[in-house]
Amino acid sequence: MKVRVSVQLKPGILDPQGKAVEQGLHGFGFEVEHVRIGRLIDMDVPGTDPVEVKAKALAMCEKLLVNPVMEKASIEVL
Amino acid sequence: MRVAVPVFPGSNCDHDALHACGTVMGWDTIPVWHQETRLPEGTELVFVPGGFSYGDYLRCGAIAALAPIMADIRRHADGGGLVLGVCNGFQILCEAQLLPGALLRNESLRFIHADIHLRVERADLPFTRAMKPGEVFQVPIAHAEGNFTLDPADLADLEARGGVAFRYCSPKGEIGEAHVPNGAMNGIAGIVNLRGNVLGMMPHPERAVDPKLGPTGGLGMFRSLAEAFAKA
Repeated sequence: MKVRVSVQLKPGILDPQGKAVEQGLHGFGFEVEHVRIGRLIDMDVPGTDPVEVKAKALAMCEKLLVNPVMEKASIEVL
Repeated sequence: MRVAVPVFPGSNCDHDALHACGTVMGWDTIPVWHQETRLPEGTELVFVPGGFSYGDYLRCGAIAALAPIMADIRRHADGGGLVLGVCNGFQILCEAQLLPGALLRNESLRFIHADIHLRVERADLPFTRAMKPGEVFQVPIAHAEGNFTLDPADLADLEARGGVAFRYCSPKGEIGEAHVPNGAMNGIAGIVNLRGNVLGMMPHPERAVDPKLGPTGGLGMFRSLAEAFAKA
């Protein structure tokens, strides 16, 4: 099944990319604030049970995809 | 004394470590490719060098933390063996959860290279025993992600147990935000695990040991290690 893991920096953690992009948007005259940039990880995970597949993705987050000191993730089974 | 220097794709301070430990200190220093599964027999110190292991993919140090050699480095540390991680080596030890915390992008958002001063907070470690508490020494930094971060409860624990080995300071040893180059919490430049055998730091002591190349502020740490091994 297709799984999408979205990794975001926790609130309060400095996001230089987000800051730079926000400044870029301001340069074009857009009124915008709190721009935060994350990471999307798409993958195919074997299995047919969405609950089971989500559990596997959660284990991947804990092992490698997410550093809990600075990041949080949400998992979507597509 | 036998030193192993694990080398990852993208390590670029491995030769600094080899030069400091091998040429300057005269220790038996062996580079170990990351695909190896065993450290050389009799390894006493593992020096995890700086660089950009695996291109900093995913997060700095995250992929290196999973390299085959890391299992044996973990075994070495669990058995009380010494592990020193410098710069990317520190990031790798954090990602491998041998040390707490994470190194975020510098507050200034810039790569910083500079000679900075460190204050010794723990002079009772194998890495610092030839130094004095509160001693100030000068070593270079060169990093973009050295902003040490930990959640407030864990930071309080780290401070309470004396886990901070080095703090950024003024040349006179004064502590304060003005002397922290990268935004690191509490001005933390280096930390040590509970047992005192795994130390990670952003500054590069191995780049300040050879008088032919410049200042030698990093020698105190290497003399400490020499002392620790002479006693062992």
